[in-house]
Amino acid sequence: MNYLEVKDLRVTYRAGEGEIPAVRGAGFGLAPGSKLGVAGESGCGKSTVALALLRLLPRSARVQGEILLDGEDVLTMRWGRLRAVRWAGASIVFQGAMHSLNAVRRVGDQIAEPILLHENATPGEVSRRVGRLLEQVGLPRWRAKAYPHELSGGQRQRVMIAMALACEPRLLIADEPTTALDVMIQAQILRLIDRLVGEHGISMMMISHDLSVLAETCDRLAVMYAGRVVEEGPADSVFADARHPYTAALSSAFPKIGDPESRRNPHGLPGDPPDPADPPSGCAFRPRCPVAEERCSTVDPVLWPVEPAAVGNGAAGRAAACVRMLPEMRSAGVAAEPAEPNVAAPEESR
Amino acid sequence: MTAPAHSEAPAGHGAGSGEQREGIVRGLRYIGAKLLTAAVSLFAVMVTSFFLFRILPGDPVRSMTQGREVTVEQEQELRRQFGLDQPLWQQFLDYCAGLFRFDLGVSYQYRIPVAELIGERIGPTVLLAGTGTLIAALLGLVLGTRAGWRRGSATDRVNTGVALLLWSVPSFWLGLLLIVVLASGAGWVPGLFPTGGMMTPGTTGLLDVALDVAHHLVLPVATMVAVVYAQYLMIMRSSLLDEMGADYLTTARAKGLRDALVLRRHAVPNALLPTVTLIFLNLGQVVGGVILVETVFAWPGLGSLFYSGLTVPDLPLVQALFVLFASAVILMNLLADLVYPLLDPRVRT
Repeated sequence: MNYLEVKDLRVTYRAGEGEIPAVRGAGFGLAPGSKLGVAGESGCGKSTVALALLRLLPRSARVQGEILLDGEDVLTMRWGRLRAVRWAGASIVFQGAMHSLNAVRRVGDQIAEPILLHENATPGEVSRRVGRLLEQVGLPRWRAKAYPHELSGGQRQRVMIAMALACEPRLLIADEPTTALDVMIQAQILRLIDRLVGEHGISMMMISHDLSVLAETCDRLAVMYAGRVVEEGPADSVFADARHPYTAALSSAFPKIGDPESRRNPHGLPGDPPDPADPPSGCAFRPRCPVAEERCSTVDPVLWPVEPAAVGNGAAGRAAACVRMLPEMRSAGVAAEPAEPNVAAPEESR
Repeated sequence: MTAPAHSEAPAGHGAGSGEQREGIVRGLRYIGAKLLTAAVSLFAVMVTSFFLFRILPGDPVRSMTQGREVTVEQEQELRRQFGLDQPLWQQFLDYCAGLFRFDLGVSYQYRIPVAELIGERIGPTVLLAGTGTLIAALLGLVLGTRAGWRRGSATDRVNTGVALLLWSVPSFWLGLLLIVVLASGAGWVPGLFPTGGMMTPGTTGLLDVALDVAHHLVLPVATMVAVVYAQYLMIMRSSLLDEMGADYLTTARAKGLRDALVLRRHAVPNALLPTVTLIFLNLGQVVGGVILVETVFAWPGLGSLFYSGLTVPDLPLVQALFVLFASAVILMNLLADLVYPLLDPRVRT
């Protein structure tokens, strides 16, 4: 059974008179010990998903669907149970540790806080554990006395990671853990997270706009667009052989190392993501899609299992939300039933 | 930050003692700079207070001899006694020299040393204004926190509304109203509190005196608190609202902390910082800032002394009080500068 199972998650923000659907039916699963990457542009709803997992969204957000953490639905949990699950069951490495750490408290105290809260530990034990955690993330023990502003951006993110591991959670949610860092430090932090997650056997969900980073770190990838997962599958094959035109655009937006052609000619994606308050008809990606067809304006595709079209390995368990991937499109005339992709397509591929 | 990790992480390791010494030097330099600023301000106040009251219309000798038959010679004699026959620069030098010897001169109207007058009156003022400010600050901070944390709730609207209403009430009017309702015993309401003064004459025994003074203190303090606590409430509320969307609060919630702990451990310590400065500034005004309340309740403090000195003008008295009031503000500012780094680690470096 998956440790995390998200089914048809919908998050709607109330803003003034109107409602803004930020997440419109996203679903994915995460097997114990595996790593899932969630990719997408700013505003596609990926951080909203991360916050929704522990019910951390503001009161103005309405959350529907199911978030099963170890079989328990987070959305219907009682407050006491939810507080117990927070950090001990799943912890978060937030982006930009400058603002995610409390500026007026020592980092050691901030790391110790969840341990004291969730476990019966003596102060001596706790401070020993804080020291060990700091060493694990490559900081000397005496740094526990530092305040966040006394540390560099990379060091702060290390503190954040130590804090996230404090209660030995089974799931780590890394929400753009390297966004505010420069490239050298980014690589270090990613390697650190990767190593620690592996050592502790923790499942991880990493959120980033950088598909290549996710492809390198994670086992599986989920690509989000306009509040939905539009493609899902094993990381390598999704990155190398995208089935959804949006994924293709994302992966070609980063020049490939060792491929001079892509370096000289990086492909951007023109246009902006749709206004969530006023999405286009049919497929949300249609206005920017280079291969849009006429039916794209009427059909709103959902995730649909993709068969290994091109013969190859690693294509198993893939799904994409694109009309070109619908079965009757691939094998024209063979499909017995005219597909009703809007309702008939299953939410989950696995 | 651009350094690779192996040099980034242990950077400054083993430099603990050196870093500490450097920190102490920095701290001393900080304190020195603040002390210097305070000294400069104090000097400016001394100069200002001398000239300010000399610009005021009114002749002290005239107003003191008003309604009495005095000869020109007698007036001359008074002027000579007060030193007012000297040229202005000579008067200024005498005044400065006196201040450095802590000789504040003799009051024109009371004919006793100004220092003695102030010594008598400063206690009651500090008692009244100090108690009032502390209660107002505590009340304002607590209510402001509750209002800000539940923005837009009934608690918020009621608290903010009441505080603003009271803030806009003139303190003398509220004081008089309280006297009428609670002190003078109108109609069926008994006079619960004394109408004025600080003590019932003839009270003896330490406990009895303390109780009696406390009894006299209730209405003036209530008046003062009611009128000023809104400042603290509004500042605390808005400063908490600024923190509300902060990421570190999301982190605190994600850790599984109860809402009350998120507020107490994380939001309040950050939101408190801007309010600390305000509290110290107001404490500085404690010495001179409650003239109206003192007058309404016939409280024997510095405020009413200043008022009586101004009408003459009793130059030595008002000069000394002006310097005193200003020094209190300067001193409290200095204290705020020294205390703030203890609360906010970011200022320390």
